[in-house]
Amino acid sequence: MSKKKSTLILEDGSTFEGFAFGAARSVSGEIVFNTAMTGYPESLTDPSYSGQILVATYPLIGNYGVPPLSIDEKLGLPEFFESDRIHPKALVVSDYSFNHSHWNAVKSLDEWLKEYDIPAIYGIDTRAVTKIIREHGTMLSKVVPEGCDTPAEFHDQNTENLVAKVSPTEVTTYGDGPHKVVLVDCGSKNNIIRCLVRRGATVTRVPWDYDFSTLDYDGVMLSNGPGDPKMCGKTVENIRKAIAKGKPIFGICLGNQLLSIAAGATTYKLKYGHRSHNQPALMVGTERAMITSQNHGFAVDTDTLEDGWEPYMVNLNDGTSEGIRHKSKPFFSVQFHPEATGGPDDTEFLFDQFISNIENAKNK
Amino acid sequence: MQKINKVILLGSGALKIGEAGEFDYSGSQALKALKEEGIETILINPNIATVQTSENIADRVYFLPVTPEYVEEVIDRERPDGILLAFGGQTALNCGVKLYESGVLEKYNVKVLGTPVQAIIDTEDREKFVEKLDQIDVKTIKSEAVTSVEDAKRVAAELGYPVIVRAAYTLGGLGSGFADNPEELETLAGKAFTYSPQLLVEKSLKGWKEVEYEVVRDRFDNCITVCNMENFDPLGIHTGESIVVAPSQTLTNSEYHKLRRLAIKIIRHIGIVGECNVQYALDPNSEDYRVIEVNARLSRSSALASKATGYPLAFVAAKLGLGYGLHELKNSVTKTTTACFEPALDYIVCKIPRWDLGKFKGVSHELGSSMKSVGEVMAIGRTFEEAIQKGLRMIGQGMHGFVGNKELAVKDIDAALTHPTDKRIFYISQALKKGYSVDKIHDLTKIDKWFLDKLRNIITTEKELDKYNAIADVPDDLLREAKQRGFSDFQLARIILRCKDGEIEDYMFRIRAARKERGITPVIKQIDTLAAEYPALTNYLYVTYNGTEHDIDFAHDDKSVVVLGSGAYRIGSSVEFDWCGVNAINTVRANGYRSVMINYNPETVSTDYDMCDRLYFDELTLERVLDITDLEQPHGVIVSTGGQIPNNLAMRLDSQKIRILGTSAHDIDRAEDRHKFSSMCDALGIDQPRWKELTSMDDIYKFVDQVGFPVLIRPSYVLSGAAMNVVSNKEELRHFLEMATEVSKQYPVVVTEFIENAKEIEIDAVAKDGEVMLYAISEHVEFAGVHSGDATIVFPAQKLYNETIRRIKKIARKIAGELHISGPFNMQLMAKDNDIKVIECNLRASRSFPFVSKVLKVNFIDLATRIMLGLPVEAPAKSAFDLDYVGVKAPQFSFSRLQKADPVLGVEMASTGEVACLGEDYYEAILKSMLSVGYKVPRKTVLLSTGDLRSKVEMIKPASLLQEKGYTIYATRGTALFLQEHGIKAQTLGWPDQNDGTPNTLDFIKNGKIELVVNIPKNLSKDELNNDYTIRRSAIDFNVPLITNARLGAAFITAFCRLDKSDIQIKSWNEY
Repeated sequence: MSKKKSTLILEDGSTFEGFAFGAARSVSGEIVFNTAMTGYPESLTDPSYSGQILVATYPLIGNYGVPPLSIDEKLGLPEFFESDRIHPKALVVSDYSFNHSHWNAVKSLDEWLKEYDIPAIYGIDTRAVTKIIREHGTMLSKVVPEGCDTPAEFHDQNTENLVAKVSPTEVTTYGDGPHKVVLVDCGSKNNIIRCLVRRGATVTRVPWDYDFSTLDYDGVMLSNGPGDPKMCGKTVENIRKAIAKGKPIFGICLGNQLLSIAAGATTYKLKYGHRSHNQPALMVGTERAMITSQNHGFAVDTDTLEDGWEPYMVNLNDGTSEGIRHKSKPFFSVQFHPEATGGPDDTEFLFDQFISNIENAKNK
Repeated sequence: MQKINKVILLGSGALKIGEAGEFDYSGSQALKALKEEGIETILINPNIATVQTSENIADRVYFLPVTPEYVEEVIDRERPDGILLAFGGQTALNCGVKLYESGVLEKYNVKVLGTPVQAIIDTEDREKFVEKLDQIDVKTIKSEAVTSVEDAKRVAAELGYPVIVRAAYTLGGLGSGFADNPEELETLAGKAFTYSPQLLVEKSLKGWKEVEYEVVRDRFDNCITVCNMENFDPLGIHTGESIVVAPSQTLTNSEYHKLRRLAIKIIRHIGIVGECNVQYALDPNSEDYRVIEVNARLSRSSALASKATGYPLAFVAAKLGLGYGLHELKNSVTKTTTACFEPALDYIVCKIPRWDLGKFKGVSHELGSSMKSVGEVMAIGRTFEEAIQKGLRMIGQGMHGFVGNKELAVKDIDAALTHPTDKRIFYISQALKKGYSVDKIHDLTKIDKWFLDKLRNIITTEKELDKYNAIADVPDDLLREAKQRGFSDFQLARIILRCKDGEIEDYMFRIRAARKERGITPVIKQIDTLAAEYPALTNYLYVTYNGTEHDIDFAHDDKSVVVLGSGAYRIGSSVEFDWCGVNAINTVRANGYRSVMINYNPETVSTDYDMCDRLYFDELTLERVLDITDLEQPHGVIVSTGGQIPNNLAMRLDSQKIRILGTSAHDIDRAEDRHKFSSMCDALGIDQPRWKELTSMDDIYKFVDQVGFPVLIRPSYVLSGAAMNVVSNKEELRHFLEMATEVSKQYPVVVTEFIENAKEIEIDAVAKDGEVMLYAISEHVEFAGVHSGDATIVFPAQKLYNETIRRIKKIARKIAGELHISGPFNMQLMAKDNDIKVIECNLRASRSFPFVSKVLKVNFIDLATRIMLGLPVEAPAKSAFDLDYVGVKAPQFSFSRLQKADPVLGVEMASTGEVACLGEDYYEAILKSMLSVGYKVPRKTVLLSTGDLRSKVEMIKPASLLQEKGYTIYATRGTALFLQEHGIKAQTLGWPDQNDGTPNTLDFIKNGKIELVVNIPKNLSKDELNNDYTIRRSAIDFNVPLITNARLGAAFITAFCRLDKSDIQIKSWNEY
């Protein structure tokens, strides 16, 4: 196989030479990393990575190929992916496995990336790149395969409303359980829907800016999503209405930040973002610690929460907030991903808690 | 939390197959964790060569057998609050369970810290284990427990063959195996019942993936999985015999987390507090799985996982045992983040077992469900190709990686792939070169195609390289790719330059120079547990070509000292050199230098990143050491504390202007080179056994005519079997030379006169500028001819003439002076009637350094290191004459693991470990040591079969002692007659092949009627009569203690006849 060169160029001027796979085109975007050791199909279909260039710190990627885009008949969702497409603009790895091996694979990662016109680069010192990104916080970059034009500008997608780009435009319903849950989709991963439906919910998935106060519902699920929470003012307005209404609310990741803003708190950018499957969270006031999957660069300042709210979870590594809850009402949210995929599912019990909040509210 | 002030930790005793250095590491970590809490620690471990039994690690050390009766005695004396059972392997665990069951722990109110004993029992007893996991709907391999061979056959018929048979409560799969049909099952089950009253028969899942998780739980029910690992070899090969990678490579997110979730479910349900290991079989064609087993203790895998991730499992497990929560502990690498996390790796590690099967006669090389390997290596890389090629070099069996090796002769390559042996990976290499497809190799081996494709990449690169004949013609990209795929300069020299063996070094340097000129050099990366997500100051490092930037800076201030480690544990080089390495580092650090360790053995303490200032977990090849010294530019390199591997690098490092600390490389060479050393001895008037290097059969016969039989033969090229042999007559000589070796100009043979019935003596010493500063003289119990590593050694020597000692000292002084020794050295000598001959001299620390250091209580390595650093030293005032106690070091053999191997001792070393105990006198010390390596004092019966006349005579006194003590003596015919002639009653037993109605030896052994077998081979050759072999082997297979040396047999029998249990002193090391 003849190797085709490709270059990764960072905003700070550093360049890394590697070889191309995936689509043969150049792109530009914010570069981010994740330290997960498994789950590239899940990460690549996670809408939170929309517009970003993703670096896998685990060096061996592509080993088990890519599963089929089979649709779960009951739910109407892909069985093995977190959305219906690849969201990052490009993928950066150290060692790409041209040969994959897995019973459930139908194609290679290379073929899959080509299908979605996503370029990728291998042969990169991903650890060196990660250290640069880590220290800069935000870094723009370009991936330029040999023979493709270098984009003139570094594209910064953070100036755009990414949520609007990944959120659906229509309302869809999943499942037929007794609990009516509104899912405010700011870039939701499919597994949030799976986790809810499995627990007896009928999920009504609505666009990020949809005024769901008009709907008849038992609980609100605020999804994860890409970018800066400050872009989602409309969602926050709707959340405030839901808070006033008093029915159970559960937020995840971006959803946690939006609920916090609705509860009066401010958010800030972390010095070192959390981008891994191994983040420890402690439930405040208990000895209960959990390993969580995370992907975020912004955090909530819980000191700024309005009265009535309190910290729920805290990160054991850097002490940042991992979630908030209302002291008396059934509202809570977490910064990590209890729906996992990829990553550990230790905190899936939070969906049980949400459903139990709904049941309690109904029985009142 | 209940206040714990004093804790006993049980060690694992001697290193043996299935239970090796990993428990020195885990025990040391646990003791460190307790010490940090201000808890008083008591360690029981007779393994004197370990780091954990050194000063300042435990508060008190007992060099005593880890058996319930001795541990109870220590408990009675020490009255501890708690006991740790999980850090000393199966030995400690079994001992702990017995103490619990017999009520000893309750009687003395000793709390088991960490995992409760009931949880241990639930995982150890297969039936209970399956029942327990059934309760939570976790699938296990369904098996049935049986207590008879008939039942085993019935169950197997129900399940369908092949079946696997496992014995409950055994080390690393002892007594386990596969059976394809009822006949095989009968043999297997018969043997397994001697180890355990309960056997498990289950359906075999050969070909499934084997995956392990290391799981941690605290008392608050918080759980993490620190690491998962995937076996390269599919199910069917014991995990200790498999090549293993971490993390898993072929598992999807869904599979990874399914097994992780199950592991946590299991650890919670069983109720582990601390660490456990869960092994799975995973269907390669679905997400179906079975739990194979759970180890409710630190294990070989947990040591590997600790090194693979940087997460100190044993340390954390000990803290959790004290009642801490995971969230209350810090990550030892980052020091700022929490221990409650799961390490993210940004590299791949590859573990490869090290076998030494060639050292044993008759042993099968086929791998299966029981363990045979004696050590392991761990290679770190950022591609699989890089890691595995490094690893294959590290195992040190003359291989240079996956390619570039001497082709192994193989008749049927398909069979060699289907029936896994210690060499299978190299047959895969051959098959790929021959054009076998990955699919075909997969069909034959069931190894996942992902691994095979990666191996094929190595072959592809080799083929590319093979197109060139000059390094200058090889494009940069290809050269870089080759290095990224783990090719060494040696491999490149061989492939591109096609040089012959003799020239390779020179060519290797040419490759190196050309490569450096083109800027193709490796980078140093850190292992930080978080894949660079947070900044971490870590000194845990590896070398890779898959990167463009170093993670660290190099001070170049002449303040760092590189200490070369000892590599994989193998027969002949084991934990004792780790002790030496660790002590060298300690001294380097204590004297204001930064210590840099290079080593790659995950079972060691020296590769614990907090032992040194920088740990390069990497190869000890010339190329890699030079890569590191290029970057570090150290003050100097210590090559004399890591055994033979670093010692062999001395000359070549010196030729590259690397400063060797201590004795010069030139002088090391004068001791290593047989010819140079001999002429030096001649010049100094020091006697040696006569020897010659010969190139033809005629010359050999002529030389033997001069010196007489027996002679020791050392071929330089070995066709089959052991490399060295002693032959007693012309017939044997011809047989050996014709069958086993080649004799030619290219492959000369060294023939040495062999002196019978000579005492063998060792001197371990430290010199400064040629002047001996410290020495220890010890003697072997066995006569010369038993390898010094297999000998039972007494220090201080008890039975040497003063004149002998004086002469030995003189010889040592002369040699030290002549070779300008500065540092450690060791000599082996033989003495017959004060006539002393030097057998061997090594200008490095020897196997017995920790033993003599700890018995004398003067640290030889500390002194040697200070000398090598050029610091002022004074000769310690203490001498062996001051000691009013005796130390005896005894070897541990692992023959029970090595099916069919002849358990006889000879000039090739066969032991896998050792212990040493202290006693008021020789007999007390020898008894304790022998009990520590698994001998038991017989209650009623002993079998004597005592070989030649001299051995028979040797055994007269002990036999009469046995008679006085009321033992029934059984003996084979000749021995019985001889004993009767000397007034000792002995009951004659027939030879194994004798069918004349005489009660048969074999039946007696099988039926447990004999409690000790003394079988002395009739001559020095390993080719023993079949009957003797059968007796020895049955003793091993039916778990009856066996002694094959008359002097040792006499000593042991005398010791247990003279001493009662009450005569044995329970004293800690510092009380001597």
